[in-house]
Amino acid sequence: MSNLRGLLKGKNNLVVSLVALGVAAILPLFFDPLSNLTNNFILAAAFVVMALGLNIVVGFAGLLDLGYVAFYAFGAYTIGWFASDHFSSVNGGEGFHIAAGEFASNLPGIHLNFLVIVVVAVIITGIAGMLIGLPTLRLRGDYIAIVTLAFGEIIYRFAVNGDEITFGEGYKLTNGRQAISPIDSIDLPGFAPFDSAFSLRPFYWFCLVLVGIVLLVNFRLRDSRLGRAWIAIREDEVAAASMGVPLVKTKLLAYATGAAFGGISGAFLGSYLTSVNANNFQFGFSIFILAMIILGGLGSIWGVAIGAILLSFINTYFIPEVFNEVPRKIGLEFDLTILNFGIFGFLILLVMVLRPQGILPERRRALELEGVGAGDAIEVRAP
Amino acid sequence: MSTPVETPSTATGAGKARTLLATEQVSKTFGGLVAVNDVSFEIPERSIVSIIGPNGAGKTTFFNMLTGLYKPSIGRIVFDGKDISRTRPDRITTLGIARTFQNIRLFATMSAVENVMVGQHARMKAGLIGSILRPPKVRGEERSVRDKAHEMLSYVGLATRVHDELAVNLSYGDQRRVEIARALASDPRLLLLDEPTAGMNPQESDRLTAFMRQLREERQVTILLIEHDMKVVMGVSERITVLDHGEKIAEGDPVEVRANPLVVEAYLGKQG
Repeated sequence: MSNLRGLLKGKNNLVVSLVALGVAAILPLFFDPLSNLTNNFILAAAFVVMALGLNIVVGFAGLLDLGYVAFYAFGAYTIGWFASDHFSSVNGGEGFHIAAGEFASNLPGIHLNFLVIVVVAVIITGIAGMLIGLPTLRLRGDYIAIVTLAFGEIIYRFAVNGDEITFGEGYKLTNGRQAISPIDSIDLPGFAPFDSAFSLRPFYWFCLVLVGIVLLVNFRLRDSRLGRAWIAIREDEVAAASMGVPLVKTKLLAYATGAAFGGISGAFLGSYLTSVNANNFQFGFSIFILAMIILGGLGSIWGVAIGAILLSFINTYFIPEVFNEVPRKIGLEFDLTILNFGIFGFLILLVMVLRPQGILPERRRALELEGVGAGDAIEVRAP
Repeated sequence: MSTPVETPSTATGAGKARTLLATEQVSKTFGGLVAVNDVSFEIPERSIVSIIGPNGAGKTTFFNMLTGLYKPSIGRIVFDGKDISRTRPDRITTLGIARTFQNIRLFATMSAVENVMVGQHARMKAGLIGSILRPPKVRGEERSVRDKAHEMLSYVGLATRVHDELAVNLSYGDQRRVEIARALASDPRLLLLDEPTAGMNPQESDRLTAFMRQLREERQVTILLIEHDMKVVMGVSERITVLDHGEKIAEGDPVEVRANPLVVEAYLGKQG
């Protein structure tokens, strides 16, 4: 009986996913290929990938990660290093190419095909996630938040100061605020090279594929041995460990998976924006993504997707385009965009007061908010 | 790593069964407080053994050391020939020790079945990639784990209609049942029950006592019990260890322990 119900529920999610992705795929056909709205769609989709990645860490495993921006940075620098002329004198100025597009094939520097970049980004961010996670995830609760916050800030500082850090034949680590640019565009085998001067649609459709993948991973992991172990750890670490769940390893898997999606999305954004700038990796970004999850509903896959789209559009459309002039109309001398983060903060405040479980709450999380399942913790690590 | 454990042939009533778990002069201190002091004891395979003692005697601390939640400050714990004094809780579960808690610690927002499925975590193989790609092997494992969970719940007497009920919505007695099922799901050789009859009426306690014997007969499980209900303790245990202020003050079969003046004193206070 329950098997059948579980199966049907799984199929429901599949159907909803396909319909949602299908509708999303048709949307840009109603607008100009270079429309600013399409640009907004692309950014929203990229943020959905990140938010759903972070959802695995925060929503599923219950690890409050305040330094998610670090993985965005790792992903972005992966493409910055390996799909641009950053290492210009590699191979005697000839460059190093793997399935690079026609245009990039003749440029100096390292140029890997975007699909290769995705794999490399997953490996780099996955390893970075493990390295950051290994010392961090031995901690409990709030301490994880503090340490991840610090790591996020460390990576940002590295990105900024990487301009001064040189190695090899005078290569800079990051170019800091000067940005690594231009970045190769996406060039998939069997498709025309993506060209943002001609049409933004291919970027959007490609990012929708990434959204599809992250949705699949979220749904599959939620209803799996690992998903159950994450809920168990979230509710009661002591009981989970006593039932045979290895705490550090299980948390690490959540952390690394979340990190990988941050990296994939970061690499995509690097290519789409054609530059990787240290300014993008500030603390506020971690909160921006976290806010999407809280707004949508911690742990709720559809909720998080909606939260990400909503906040992304508030950020790229409603504030700068729709309401930007409002302060001037009432006689104030500033644009609304400078209040960006103030507005996000206010929105989060509203959600916390009016609907703390989020727009589309997850069943368990809603219960936990009512005080169910908060295990009274005893200290595992006694002296 | 395997350390041979001396098998004592002391008269325990359990014959010459080999020792499944032994503690050797185990102590646990928290700062200046000595919670468990120099306790050595043994559990013969397939026996039912109890630890009793007044509140604060160190019984639960002792349990927490056996399951790896605390590391002993001094001494060794040997399970089935392996030193597990410094072993992580999840590994100890994998080796074959499972437990229940004094205050029920179910995963409240998971269903009864899901709780028992978590209990099988250590016996499952599906990893990250397998969970995402779900090859037939993983699907098959998931199905058999779910089936086994239902089977365990029925075995401990949980009505089928509440198998998919959230743990938090179950009655107190049913929650106790689910906790035992969850512990049994890891196929333990040693089952630690921390005050399992707390809050039960005499009929329920009797049924649980019978169930413990049934467990031993049918599943060859060794049981270590912390219990306050003397009727249960005296009725089911082959051997009883008495702790007071963290120290072992008496040991023996129920008749011996009942007659021990130190035990009487610990429970009722010194006379005269």
